[in-house]
Amino acid sequence: MRRVTGTVLNKPQSLVERVTSLHFDAHVLLSGFFGGEPFFVLADGGIQIGRSKPALRPHKDGILIAKSDQSRILTGGDDGRVFETRADGTPTLIAEQKGQWINALALGPDGATAWSAGKAAFMRDGKGSIKTLPLLSSCQGLVFAPKGFRLGIAHVDGASLWFPNLAAEPEKLLWKGAHIDIAWSPDGRFVVTSMQENQLHGWRLTDKGHMRMSGYPGKIRSFSWSHDGLWFATSGAEAAIIWPFAKDGPMGKAPRECGVRPAKVTQVAFHPKALVLAIGYEDGWVMLVRLTDNAELLVRAGGDGAAISALGWSDDGKALAFGAESGASGLLDLPV
Amino acid sequence: MSEKIPVTVLTGYLGAGKTTLLNRILSEPHGRKYAVIVNEFGEIGIDNELVVGADEEAFEMNNGCICCTVRGDLIRIIETLMKRKGRFDAIIVETTGLADPAPVAQTFFVDQDVGAKARLDAVVTVADAKWLSARLKDAPEAKNQIAFADVILLNKTDLVSPAELQAVEARIRGINPYATLHKTQNCAIALDQVLDRGAFELDRILEIEPDFLKGGHHHHHHAHDHDCGPGCAHESHHHEHDHGHEHSPAPIHDAEITSVAFEHKGEMDPDKFMPWINDLVQNEGPNILRSKGILAFKKEPKRFVFQGVHMILDGDLQRDWKAGEARTSKIVFIGRKLDKAALRAGFMGCAA
Repeated sequence: MRRVTGTVLNKPQSLVERVTSLHFDAHVLLSGFFGGEPFFVLADGGIQIGRSKPALRPHKDGILIAKSDQSRILTGGDDGRVFETRADGTPTLIAEQKGQWINALALGPDGATAWSAGKAAFMRDGKGSIKTLPLLSSCQGLVFAPKGFRLGIAHVDGASLWFPNLAAEPEKLLWKGAHIDIAWSPDGRFVVTSMQENQLHGWRLTDKGHMRMSGYPGKIRSFSWSHDGLWFATSGAEAAIIWPFAKDGPMGKAPRECGVRPAKVTQVAFHPKALVLAIGYEDGWVMLVRLTDNAELLVRAGGDGAAISALGWSDDGKALAFGAESGASGLLDLPV
Repeated sequence: MSEKIPVTVLTGYLGAGKTTLLNRILSEPHGRKYAVIVNEFGEIGIDNELVVGADEEAFEMNNGCICCTVRGDLIRIIETLMKRKGRFDAIIVETTGLADPAPVAQTFFVDQDVGAKARLDAVVTVADAKWLSARLKDAPEAKNQIAFADVILLNKTDLVSPAELQAVEARIRGINPYATLHKTQNCAIALDQVLDRGAFELDRILEIEPDFLKGGHHHHHHAHDHDCGPGCAHESHHHEHDHGHEHSPAPIHDAEITSVAFEHKGEMDPDKFMPWINDLVQNEGPNILRSKGILAFKKEPKRFVFQGVHMILDGDLQRDWKAGEARTSKIVFIGRKLDKAALRAGFMGCAA
């Protein structure tokens, strides 16, 4: 095995030359790829797939929230509608919640989708059958379980794990406070939420043991699991905070801090195949950091200074699409 | 860094006239666009795409040094609205009749993301001249809304007699002597008296005087040669009677909410004052609805100005004391169960 003998560089190596800059006229909510084609979802309602086609606008006005997987983009608009848009650009109306904003979205297995509006969570299976779960509060975070047909729902005072096809009440994970986003570890063993109080909370599902990951100077609104499921990267501090989830989870273990800079991290995205993390900052910087040795690669030194609001890798890990609150965006093409 | 979006909080009981005021703000040709966050859809008569429904979800937040109630739904809505901030110039948050304005105000100080992009401009309370006195008797929320206000529109003056109006005004003054009070019909008031008040901007806290003592601030727009009653055909009346006129009624003190004001004609020692005020609002926060102060610190050429909502304090050095301006220190509290003697002793104990 080749031993790595290089030193950690003080000045990050640069990939800036390999970035193509793009510009949109609205806040970028989501960026990613369908195969080789980049896509960008904008707050003004535009869904831009590919570089040359005109933007799709399935919603009446703006888009509030967007999520994607390998083959579809799910968007929730201020028109109360949820649309699923496929790589070829065909939009399907999934739901219409009259008079309400869509507050959370999730994509699941076999074409399933989930969304939240008002004080309810909704799940639609791949065949179009919809189930509703009334909630005691509004919900801003939804996530499908890595296996099985189950939805994790973040809300005030905790999270609920719902099997929509079972009559039983959802399993409740309780912790006082407002829980905003929610994540489920790829091995199914842990559920983590981000809270109003600048911290993460988590539960080990076997025994509902609590985990608290605190010390953040800001709210954690972006997170990403590594491809092997062993690391959980988070935003909200002046470095990407990466929690180890091997064995018993992060309890009692210190997190890694990567990409330390005098600016808060706003977006994180793990490479689909390697322990490399893309990090976007509030001042527009983008970097890649390799977990093994903390080696840093500069992708963008700020641009117009607007915060990075979207970060997404292509499935083969050879390209990265990013976008900022100002609409400034870019595509990084990695040397193979 | 771009400027923060101003947010006006509009409160008051159903039927007091909030909707009338909102509709005016949304329809008058002042060239500004407002995003409005409401609790009851369908009341707004204007077709405005920037009207958002809110659920009024408050929850307690505890981040170690501050424990207070914030409006979770507002945090979410404002964060989302700010992703398209080119579309509007300001935000209006309308609360329901029974709402406590405190969580709304606190949200802007306690949530960093909201606080970075938006700033609280003023709490405007619309009160129904006919029903307020009754509400003050049976609803603690009505008192809160008066106590919290920076601007009070005492509306529907056409529905009460002059004597009744005086009595209501006195009741309001007994709770909050500092808010700017306007007597209106149909909320007919120049919008610059309601919007863009900068009530929470330390730079705009020029003095702390009970509103009815402020002479020369408001000017008559025309001579009043008659009492306006129902059917009065004037347009855009500015009934600004609150400038030390002889008919300004003496405040009727409220059993529950009081205001106390102290002045030390001299300097304060910041090393005594800062710990005192911080401890005070930490311990008595729930009872202190609002606080305000303009202080002369020893060896400090600039005025120190602060204002607070419950246990949240916002203070900073403002402008220089002017030549010839008396370096005096004033403080005001509006709250429940205020121990005037203890507060005075504490304040005076911080004198330099």
